[in-house]
Amino acid sequence: MDYLNETIDSLHDKLVNKEVTAENLTKETLDRIHSKEDKLNAFVTVNDDATDDAKKVDEAGIDGRLSGIPIAIKDNILTNGLLTTASSKILSNFMPIYDATVMEKLNAAGAINVGKTNLDEFAMGSSTETSYYGTSHNAWDYTKVPGGSSGGSAAAVAAGDAIAALGTDTGGSIRQPSSFNGIFGIKPTYGRVSRWGVVAFSSSLDQVGVMSKRVEDSAEVLQTIAGHDVHDSTSSDKEVPDWRANLNKDMHGVKIAVPKEFWHEGTNPEVLKTIDAALDVYRKLGATVEEVSLPTLKHAVEVYYVIASSEASSNLQRYDGVRYGFRAKDVKNIKELFVNSRSEGFGDEVKRRIMLGTFALSAGAYDAYFKKAAEVRTLFINELDDVLSKYDLIAGPVTTTTAFGIGEKVDDPLAMYRNDILTIPANLAGLPAASVPAGLADNMPVGLQLMAKKFDEQSIFNAAYALQEENKFYEQIPTALKEED
Amino acid sequence: MISKDEILHVAELANLKFKDDEVDGFVSQLDKIVTMASNLSTVDTKGVEPTYHMGDTKTVFREDKGVHTQTREQLLENVPEVQDNLIKVPSIVDKEED
Repeated sequence: MDYLNETIDSLHDKLVNKEVTAENLTKETLDRIHSKEDKLNAFVTVNDDATDDAKKVDEAGIDGRLSGIPIAIKDNILTNGLLTTASSKILSNFMPIYDATVMEKLNAAGAINVGKTNLDEFAMGSSTETSYYGTSHNAWDYTKVPGGSSGGSAAAVAAGDAIAALGTDTGGSIRQPSSFNGIFGIKPTYGRVSRWGVVAFSSSLDQVGVMSKRVEDSAEVLQTIAGHDVHDSTSSDKEVPDWRANLNKDMHGVKIAVPKEFWHEGTNPEVLKTIDAALDVYRKLGATVEEVSLPTLKHAVEVYYVIASSEASSNLQRYDGVRYGFRAKDVKNIKELFVNSRSEGFGDEVKRRIMLGTFALSAGAYDAYFKKAAEVRTLFINELDDVLSKYDLIAGPVTTTTAFGIGEKVDDPLAMYRNDILTIPANLAGLPAASVPAGLADNMPVGLQLMAKKFDEQSIFNAAYALQEENKFYEQIPTALKEED
Repeated sequence: MISKDEILHVAELANLKFKDDEVDGFVSQLDKIVTMASNLSTVDTKGVEPTYHMGDTKTVFREDKGVHTQTREQLLENVPEVQDNLIKVPSIVDKEED
């Protein structure tokens, strides 16, 4: 069983018509995952007990659309009784005793968690190469990265191992891997989804979202996990619309802004050609596309890395080897326990960010770095709000290049950070944003980025659906998989 | 330019330590990253309020009543060393200084 030509609807019909049971569907999914793992390394933990969960769903009866549907979960989302590592040595033995709210909601809907997907350690990275469990591979070309940090989720969906996967997005961690793997991925508005039970990286930026081959499947999953949660005071009490039912591909009268700076950051010409073609589709469908300017964009990476690292250095203080996680051996006092557990438990990229964050928050540096970054963030938010007061959507490339080779950038943190320049704006301003498959450049997928006003995910889903129905990119089978068959 | 001493001071604050051969590499990498971040000084932010958080600023109330969601046993499940139902840690006092 693979999910290359399936949708949640087609699976639901098969389950309802008893062409397949949830138990068999899950068993076939787990077999498929295992058969691909030596090539993809998309999972940290495959949930081999998922067939028991599926059996219970069969016994209770298939009802809602997610009932019995296999979904993969990024391994920084807590799953009761199933190892959750955030791809870090420091959490390599961590067994959650409760479910994250998003997981609770999926369980209540009858969805089946087939496994925990690989990520950059603590979601810090753009290639999944910083994972303690080794890098994941791109389903289009195994020698290339799947992107990050939600690289395992993206590879799993692109390879047909799951119909949808949950990811998290702090600076582009859903959109960039979605772009690199030719799938749809959406980061909703900040506050749309509860983060209770999600391993914290940067509290003013993190958001849980969804990745799938088809737009309608992500809409279905996102509306299931969205909504206010008493456990998370940053979650919004705004009503969650039925995005799925309201999908509308009519683009007449839709106003799209294209920031000219997206074309001036060393973006690969082949990528730009593909994005231009996607914008032409929108023009043909009746939308207006106009150029705008975001002059502060050139500072986005600086603002992001100062703020994200500062918040990370604070959030990651809790890993001290005392109450959970890896504990260093042979220490002579408590200070050494903290220092050795952290120094042996964290990888280089995490240490780099903790160091940058601790520096930016330290006496003497606070005003020049952390406070300054927070001020420039305000300017940037104002700029984006101004554009979105005149336009329905902001569009452009997700990334400056297609997926790069494994090992190509891993020793150059700055090159890796600059890779995120086009995705960071949505996080800094808390806006919803998505990557929609636009086509291929140099035989690798390219994603079109769509950003909308806060809480206007519908505009993104609609425009993404319109492009999907025109280019039918979901019909394309990833090259590496095709060559195997 | 970030100095080696500054890096060691920040590492101390962050409860991290680096092997001698790692420190120099870290100094040069962090220096490049901090230099990049220094570009922010060129932006005029006079009179601009900083954005520190993104949530609604309304206060959330709940009844002042304790709710037990986990048992002591569950909470101790992930603790690396337990003794007599308590979390065991090494001496708080540095024995070498005794």
